[in-house]
Amino acid sequence: MLSRTAASLYWMGRYVERADFTARLIEATMRLDTLSSRPAGEVAWTSALTVIEADATFEALGKARTQANVAPFLAVSMDHSGSIIRCLEAARRNARVVRTALSREAWSAINRAWLYVSRAKSPANSQALFGFIDQVHADTQSFAGACARMLSHPSGMFIHLGAAIERADNTARLLDVKYHILLPEDEPVGGVVDRDQWTTMLQTVSAVNAYRLLYRDGLNPVHIIEFLTLRQELPRSLIACAAEVVRQLGDIAQVTDYFSEADSMAMTRLANLKRQSVAQIIGEGLHEYLEDFMVQNAALDEAIGRQFRFN
Amino acid sequence: MAGRAFDELYGTADDRTPQPTLEPLAAWLAQTPLDELRRRQSAAENAFRQLGITFAVYGDEAANERIIPFDIVPRVFTASAWRRLYAGLTQRVTAINAFLSDIYGDQRILAAGHIPQDLIFDNPQFRRELMGLRPPHDVWAHIAGIDLVRTSADDFWVLEDNVRTPSGVSYMLENREATLRLCPELFRAFRVAAVDSYPDMLHDMLREVAPLSAGPDPVCVILTPGQYNSAYYEHSFLADNIGIELVEAPDLTVEDDKLWMRTITGLVRVDVIYRRVDDDYLDPEVFRPDSMLGVPGLMRAYRAGNVTIVNAPGTGIADDKAIYSYMPEIVRFYTGAESILPIVKTWRCREPEACAYVLKHLHELVVKLVDGSGGYGMLVGPAASGEQLDDFRRAIEANPARYIAQPTLALSTVPTLAPDGIGPRHVDFRPFVLSSPKGVKMVPGGLTRVALKEGSLIVNSSQGGGTKDSFVLMDENG
Repeated sequence: MLSRTAASLYWMGRYVERADFTARLIEATMRLDTLSSRPAGEVAWTSALTVIEADATFEALGKARTQANVAPFLAVSMDHSGSIIRCLEAARRNARVVRTALSREAWSAINRAWLYVSRAKSPANSQALFGFIDQVHADTQSFAGACARMLSHPSGMFIHLGAAIERADNTARLLDVKYHILLPEDEPVGGVVDRDQWTTMLQTVSAVNAYRLLYRDGLNPVHIIEFLTLRQELPRSLIACAAEVVRQLGDIAQVTDYFSEADSMAMTRLANLKRQSVAQIIGEGLHEYLEDFMVQNAALDEAIGRQFRFN
Repeated sequence: MAGRAFDELYGTADDRTPQPTLEPLAAWLAQTPLDELRRRQSAAENAFRQLGITFAVYGDEAANERIIPFDIVPRVFTASAWRRLYAGLTQRVTAINAFLSDIYGDQRILAAGHIPQDLIFDNPQFRRELMGLRPPHDVWAHIAGIDLVRTSADDFWVLEDNVRTPSGVSYMLENREATLRLCPELFRAFRVAAVDSYPDMLHDMLREVAPLSAGPDPVCVILTPGQYNSAYYEHSFLADNIGIELVEAPDLTVEDDKLWMRTITGLVRVDVIYRRVDDDYLDPEVFRPDSMLGVPGLMRAYRAGNVTIVNAPGTGIADDKAIYSYMPEIVRFYTGAESILPIVKTWRCREPEACAYVLKHLHELVVKLVDGSGGYGMLVGPAASGEQLDDFRRAIEANPARYIAQPTLALSTVPTLAPDGIGPRHVDFRPFVLSSPKGVKMVPGGLTRVALKEGSLIVNSSQGGGTKDSFVLMDENG
């Protein structure tokens, strides 16, 4: 496979995943906004901007941090390189480069997603916004489905690899949202609002029912943190993403008969996660732990680029 | 002005009697409600848009990703018409390959005085640096797109030879897919010859022309200028359907006079390169030192016989419009037979007498730049404004050798779905002819381009033309 093709597939996987995550982030923030006490509404939107490091870009626009301003910024703004529309545009640009490596179905899915967002009007109200988000989910899922049905060939593996690296980063960021959101002053930790905020985390990753299956004793922040970081059963957990990266790299190595730096880094990361407990994570400080994880993830991304000669 | 055009379904008679064997098409048009045809046509165009079958129009940023309009009403060739075309195309492409081999070799045809020497030597399409060089197996124009027009049931004319990097074959295949899906009843009414073997036929040809040094399983690639090229969809479509890599110049490198591509596990040797870029952008070491495009050293590898370039560099001399007018001589010289497919009467403005005639009859002629393509630099006299006529008159007077002129032909029409119902529109036809050491081959079909504007004779997609499926009937029907 051409190095350029591999790079484009990988980035396509990342961008589609990021579009999906951004849609989830908007949805989560709308819920958190609704749950917060009045003046704190803006806190939710500020935290959303913070976790994706778009604070400065938004600040430059000089607008208030309300749903009416931030949601379109995250969804359809051309000023923000991480907006859903820009992600899908980048994904499609990469897909066009590697059309030969994609199944027709996978290409159609990504092209359809892009056509939808590029024609969508800026969502005017919450209802329109939910409609927009649902459509983005449907389109990115149809892309993921098409990729899963692709031949077992390095093409699909690089897409999955990119998606897994991105998803690991995204789950870490999503968890970090909670750190940035302060509870209203009169709300106790573990109280109704705190619990609702954690529930929102689960809803955002579509994992409320999965959680209830695994944890019989109800919603509990410590369990939720464990669930999103260390439980292999949840495909979005940090450990499941780390395992997926190892698996895809292993599959590629099997086809190419070539094993290097990125493989060992990925395996070390997975081994470390397997040794960790949720008590350690909380003891270390969740926020610090997540930051550290994101730095490692970025280093692994660079190692992948070197190993397959992306540049 | 051209006389009344021949309609391929209804002929020239007023009673609208369908041509023999084409009755089912007339019946289908009569039975299928207009709304239903429109619904199917928009379904096809939606599918094309979703697949991204788009093309870019130069100088038109907003329309960067337009689809070529698809017309739902197919055009039908009888088996006997196709047999004649097949024989004529085979003969013509055989002659073109012999001409290229000769012109870069012994130049017997010049010695025999059939073509003026300066027409070759002063022609920018003639690549002096390639003199004496043989491509592997002495095949030059591996892929030829021959543009044909029709003026009556039996009269087909060659309008243009395209032997550099002819495009459009993906539309032939996608249009058939669309017709099969949306109008299946037509395939019960007619026995239509299949075209879907084209990618396999192309792949076979590419392998057959590999250098002798290549192994039993030669590595073939398609070279594209990239996703902003107007024909990028086609490049990726072909690579996809053949199952070979679609490369851009930066993916390739030449070491030890051999061509390699950069892959995730290192360099891989390439034996055959089907390039969809012009000669000028092949190798900056040879053709355009100022260009950042191309693969430095590619021509060294070619000279060393280590890679086959499809089509061979230098083929442009054979599809130059001034050379075109000598095609009857060329066919006779190399095949010893008269040309089966005639050319259109051509005045070469480089000849003073012809030039005087052209200037006098400008309003009734079609004038073309000898090295123009895509409908650019072209004047259709009868449709031109006084100003346009004056512009061309001045241009021809300033540089007569750059122009040729032809009569305005009454191109045949085919029923086409128009805003006000089914109406006749002018068409041309481009079959795709493949050459290898094993001979000349083509699938029974080609690309029909249609001028969607009523009365217009310009079918180029860059000028608002559309495409149609082209049925070639199997023998029982014709």
